Order: sequence, then C-alpha cells, then structure tokens
Amino acid sequence: MIQVNARVKRILVPVVSVLAGFLIGAIIMLIWSYNPLTAYGSMFTSALGNMNGLGETLREATPLIFTAIGFAIASAAGFFNIGLPGQAQAGWLTSIWIVLANPTMPKAILLPLAVIAGAVSGAIVAGIAGVLRAYFGTNEVITTIMLNYIVLYSCQYLMQKVMSDHLRIDTDTTKTISRNGSLHLDWLSNVFGSSRISAGIFLAIIAALIYWFLMRKTTLGFEIKAVGLNPDASRYAGISTKKNIIVSMLLSGGFAGLGGVVLGLGTYQNYFTQTTSLDIGWDGLSVALLGSSTAGGIVLAAFLFSILKIGGLGMQTIAGVPYEIVSIVIAAIIFFVAINYIIGKLFKTKANSALSTSSSVKVNKADGSISGKEPQ
Amino acid sequence: MTQKVIEMKQIVKDFSGFKANNGINLDLQKGEILALLGENGAGKSTLMSILSGLLEPTSGEIFVKGKKVNITGPQVAKKLGIGMVHQHFMLAESFTVLENIILGYETTKGIAIDFKKARQQVLALANNYGLSIDPDQKVSEITVAQQQRVEILKVLYRGADILIFDEPTAVLTPQEITEFIKIIRGLANEGKSIILITHKLEEIRAVADRVTIIRAGKSVGSFEVGKVSDDKMAELMVGRKIEMKLTKPAAQLGRPILTVKDLQVKRKNGSLAVNNLSFTIHAGEILGIAGIDGNGQDELVEALTGLRKINGGKAVIKKLVINSMSTREITQFGVAHIPADRQKYGLILPLSLADNIALQEYYQRPFSKLGIINFKQIYNHAKKLMKKFDIRAASANLPAGELSGGNQQKAIIARELDRDSDLIIAFQPTRGLDVGAIEYIHKQLLAQRAKGKAILLVSYELDEIMQLSDRILVLHNGQESGEVKPETTSETELGLLMTGIKKAGVKE
Repeated sequence: MIQVNARVKRILVPVVSVLAGFLIGAIIMLIWSYNPLTAYGSMFTSALGNMNGLGETLREATPLIFTAIGFAIASAAGFFNIGLPGQAQAGWLTSIWIVLANPTMPKAILLPLAVIAGAVSGAIVAGIAGVLRAYFGTNEVITTIMLNYIVLYSCQYLMQKVMSDHLRIDTDTTKTISRNGSLHLDWLSNVFGSSRISAGIFLAIIAALIYWFLMRKTTLGFEIKAVGLNPDASRYAGISTKKNIIVSMLLSGGFAGLGGVVLGLGTYQNYFTQTTSLDIGWDGLSVALLGSSTAGGIVLAAFLFSILKIGGLGMQTIAGVPYEIVSIVIAAIIFFVAINYIIGKLFKTKANSALSTSSSVKVNKADGSISGKEPQ
Repeated sequence: MTQKVIEMKQIVKDFSGFKANNGINLDLQKGEILALLGENGAGKSTLMSILSGLLEPTSGEIFVKGKKVNITGPQVAKKLGIGMVHQHFMLAESFTVLENIILGYETTKGIAIDFKKARQQVLALANNYGLSIDPDQKVSEITVAQQQRVEILKVLYRGADILIFDEPTAVLTPQEITEFIKIIRGLANEGKSIILITHKLEEIRAVADRVTIIRAGKSVGSFEVGKVSDDKMAELMVGRKIEMKLTKPAAQLGRPILTVKDLQVKRKNGSLAVNNLSFTIHAGEILGIAGIDGNGQDELVEALTGLRKINGGKAVIKKLVINSMSTREITQFGVAHIPADRQKYGLILPLSLADNIALQEYYQRPFSKLGIINFKQIYNHAKKLMKKFDIRAASANLPAGELSGGNQQKAIIARELDRDSDLIIAFQPTRGLDVGAIEYIHKQLLAQRAKGKAILLVSYELDEIMQLSDRILVLHNGQESGEVKPETTSETELGLLMTGIKKAGVKE
C-alpha cells in the first residue's frame, strides 16, 4: 500500500489505468508476435508526429470534450446520463437541418442559431429523462438508454419522410452545408496540414472553461454538487432537488448536443443516417471517467482517446497491427478506469476520513476520530 | 473466589499515528456487570472491537479465563464465548424470530434445517433467561425491545458467556429499560459476565457492579459503582467539571410564534402520521415533544419545515400560514431546523465544513452575487462561527465528514442559530453525543430561549425533554396523548402516555 494524499491519488488512478491498458495491449501484441514498441511508436508518430495527424487528433477530441462535460455535469448531480449518443445525434441533425434550410441567412446569425438549436435539441432529449426522474422517480439509466433508440429511429424517420428533397442527396445523406453554417476555418485547416480540424476545438476549450466556472464558482454548480452528494441534506437546506435534477440534465444534454453540432458543422459538414448509437456519446462517458470529471482532466483524456483512435489507424498501416488491438487497448483502459475502485485501493489516502461510510462501522468510528478533534 | 474471565492489559491500537487505544486496562469478573463509560471517540468501540475480534491490537495482552489469547477474528472470539449485541440490530426483517436466531448456526438433519430441534433449544434458552419471545413472528412485526431480545438470544444461542452490549438502552422506552435491566441482571445471576457500553450514569447506577472509565484512549479508573459519585464519573470521563443540572430560569413568555391547528400529515402509504394535532409555542418557551420513535415526530417536523405536504389543518408562524410554503421560504422567513440525523439530513459530508456552514445562506449576499459564489466570504464566515460556537477542526476546508460527531452537530447548530430565527426546531439535537457536547448544546438552546426564541424540541431522550422543556406534549400514534409539565410529571407517567396506555386530559 502506497501512501499518497487525495489530490495525488486523483491523478495517479487514471494514469495507472492508462499504463495498465497499454501494458495489456503490449502483452497481446507479443502473444501474436507483433513488436509493441514499433506499434506504439507508429501510433504516436501518426497521431502527433505531423501537423495533419495532430490536427485530426484534435478534431477527434473536439466532440468528446463536449459529450464528456455533458456526462460530468449529470453525474455531479448524481445522475447517470448514458443518453449522450442520442442527445448528440439530435444536436447533429438539428444543426445541419437549420443550416441547410436557411441558405440565404448571413453567417453571423446562421452559425450561432444552428449551434444553439443543436444544444437545445440535445437538452430537450435529456430533459425528458430529467423530468421523468424528478417527478416520477423513473430510473434515468433506463429512460436515457431508451431515448437513444427513440432518437436513433426518429432521426431516420425525419431523414426519410420529413426532410424535403432539395436538402438531401438521398434518403440517407443530406447535402453538404454551405460555408455560412460551417465551423470550418481555412487558415486553421491549413496550419494543420489540411486536416478536418475546425473552430469547434475553440468552442470545446471555451466549454471546458465554462464547465470549470459553473462547477467551481456559481451557486448553480454548488447546488448541483450538493444535490449529487446528498439529496436529503440538500432538500433539508431548502435546495430544490427537482429543479436541480432537471437543470443539470438540461445542461448535460445541451453539452452533448453541442458534441453532435461540432461533429456535423465541423467534421462531416453534413448528416448521414446512423445505424447505431453515436460513438462520441459512449466515448464521452469514458473520457469523463478517465478525466475524473474535472475540466482539465476531460480535455487531457479526450486528447488521449483521440491519440489512440487516430494513432490506431497509423499503427495499422505502418506497423501492420490490426485495429482490433487498438480497440483492446482502449477497452482495457476503460476497464481499468471502471475498476478504479480497485486501483484506488493501491493508494491509501493519508488522513483517513469518515467519508468511507461502509458497513464496518466499528473501524470507521475509530478512523473518524483521527483528524477530527474531540469536543471537550 | 471470583474468577477473572477477561483481563486486558495495556491495550494499544494505533491507526497510522493516531492511538485510539493507548494503554487501556480492563478486567471482568465472572458473573458481574461492568459498565464501560467514556465519551464518543474515547476508544470504547475500538476496545470492544478488539475484544470481539474485529480489530487486532497493536500491542498489549488479553487473557480470557486466565489463558493468554490472540483474538485474530470474530470466529476466534465466538469460540472463546464472547458475543456482542450491537446497537444497530443485525436482523433479517423478513425472517422469523427463530430463523434469525439460528441464522448461520442451523442445526441440520441431513441437508434440511432441523427446525424442531432448533425451536426446542431456543425456547429453552428463552425460558432459562426470562426472555419472552414468539419464535414464529416476523422480526419486522415485533417491537424494538423484542428485537433486542432476539439479538441477545442470538448471542446466547452461539454459546456466549461473555456478553458485550453497545449502548443497549438508546432505543428503548423507560418501561422497556426497566425490563431490560431485569433481563441483564438475570443473565448475570446465571453466571454470564457482561460488559455494558453506555453514556448514561443513571443506568450504570441501576445495573452495573463496577465501572471502568476511559478517556482519550486511556483507562482513567475502575470503581465499584456504590463507591463513586455521578459527578466524579462525569468528571473523569470528560476530564473537567460538568454541570449535571442545568439552571433554567422561569420562562418569559412572549407572543405566540408557532401555532399548529388540527394538523394532519399523511405518510407515503396514505395513513395519517399526524392526526389533528394542535399546539402553540410562544417566544421564550421550549415545547418538548415526547414519544416513541415513529409516532409522527418525523412527519410533524417535516411538515413544519416545508419538507412534507400538510394534508389538513394549518401551521402558522408569526401570523403567516406556512401550509404551502417551500422549505427555503420557511427557513428564510425565520425557522432554524436542527435535523434528527446530522449525517443524513444535516450535512453534506464530502463538502467542506465552510460550505456546510453556508448551506442555508450561500445564495445570498455577501456569499454570492449574481449567481457567483464568493468562497472567500464563506470561508471567513465559517472561521468566525467556528470560534463563536467552538467547532474544533484543523481547517474550515476540511470535509465535514472528517469531524467528530460533536463538532458536526456544532456546525449545524452554528449554521442554524446564527441566522437568528424566531422559531427553532430541534429534532434529537444531542443524539449520540457525549456529555460534554450535550451540555454545550443544551446551554445553547437555553440561551436561545432566554433571547426570546420559540423552540420546538423533539427528542426520544426523556432526560433531555424533562430538563429543557417548559411544557411537554406527548405524541402517540400521531395524536396528543397528553400535555404535562416537567415539574409535575414523572418518567413513569410519560412512559405510560407514550405507549398510549394512559391518556391525560390536557392540563391548563
């Protein structure tokens, strides 16, 4: 058992998880006679070694930052939002549709409108689960999963039956959006070796700052945290738990919706029919966990995820390692993050706290008095 | 010749630097009742955990019946005949009494449980020790006192002859306590040796042969109960002189602050938890609500603080009907609420002490402006209140969960009383606290009374109710079963009113 303080522990746990993930990947590569050093080398060089690769990595990270923030806000309020894929998808289709439907609108109005509409549509989807939970106590895990399917097939319906022909190429693909509604920036793309990086990355950084400010400085963030940590005590202190569940869910869905917006207006420049829930939703969940739900942690974790995803392609072409290995590394990392409870046990925090309220009452009673002084 | 069944010598338990036990000596004679007295955090629980095998001592020796032993686990303790009756019963609610008693120690016939034999054994034990139980009732359907008997039988069934009781009377009514005292006297007469962990001096007097007092991890004395005064015991326990009797000047009644008229509050299942209750509390007065847990106290307090819907009648605070007001509106209007369970309802344990102290005011100036919190202000405010209310913590930034129970409660008291509300609702304000902290909190409440505040005190501790209240209203099944004055009533009368056996006419 290694003794560290709580802050160091918060950083150590994800770092150890990541290293363990890489280690497992290396072992698997060795078993199938690939050289892990060459493989990981090519992974990092292709993701970071040239401007195009770096640009693509940042592009990949952009929506993940949004969806991870979405997950983190909900989980701060004690809410497990796994409807991020649906919320992001709603944001994606909405923003693309608005841009396509308003070809003559000036950019200064159209772009903000499309971005906001995307966020709002994500918020509405999540808000449904929030209202159900606040007023009927419905389990949000079930409602958000189901909403993923509802959004997935509603989007198909909208594409095939509702969207007018002049906005789409065929029933599965929309036309490419005009420059007026695009987040694409020529100069930025040129700096990064004509990669698909867009202004979305700036929005993502701003979003991370807003998230930090919200949770650390505002009464709203304070209430969300309070409700998440102890809904009973919050209610007793006059904080409306209903309001905070709904507000946090709206914010969560809003950020997830923005993840879809930057995917559409930034990366793809159109919408095309999805057959499964969006990856950025699921990955955002992992990124938030890996980043310990802190703003800085989320940005770093999103970047790491993107290195794996973009570098994994390079690993395949340069080192000849199948992409599946990369998937295993990613899966292993997520696995270790998910069991960080166990990894956390490797590092005993100093100044044991009574927070670890567990069944072993006797032991905790003794622990509780370590740092607290007794009244005289 | 009495035999020492347990002898603990120089027990030290070191939790990475903090010595919860620091050289404790204790011995228990066969057939005696030894009271173990000490404040919360003094090391009683740690010591008993060592004895029952949950913890291993860092150093020190334990002798059981003259033989040196290493109690390396609960199973070892069980083999040595040591059994513990926990404060929080560990019973499976949906099982019958018999099933609970034999759980884990089933006598079997082939692969089936031999219920017939088990029943005989259990009934024999019950008869032997005067523990009347019905083996076929479900635990969820029996009273707390009966559940306690089941716990005792469980320990006896496992062959224990050394029994440890952890604050056994905390959950019992006065009549049940009398009954309980008879039971453990009986156990001792049958040759069982008993350690009784307690805070209550009168209980020690009533039942124990000897008392061992520990303070700050050290044993500070063992006495024959007949040869030591209450004052001496309290002083040794706390380490300074304690005022056993509070001085309470006559009440200076002011205008009515809280008026409750025909109040009805429903439980989740629709039944009436509070049934046509009416009372008034004036400025400068403490109204005590006595009653057994679960007779409408929770619902009454929640209704008065906007946490639960009022289904009938009305509650008026200073001429304002609060029936449909939210919790925040009510607290802002002038109600301080000290909730029953400080860890569940009073504090958000992972948040800092400062944040918790600001929990009622964080959204107001000067703590926040335009939705942005000024944590510096919150911190400074907390520093101020820590001084004013003697909250001891290394820092205001420490998570509230790391404070001792007494300091946690003081933090809540500070938060609620500093807001200068006209009505103070205090629900079990001293639950689980030690004498020193109780004294402090009682003094604070009396100071508020002197300042002309109206106080609603809901407590299951009759002592507390008797000492502090100007009037006592007894609740039974959500109804008033009587109103009495502390000077003219007795614990027996209160007990009868609480159980609904006696109904008094409303006096005065």
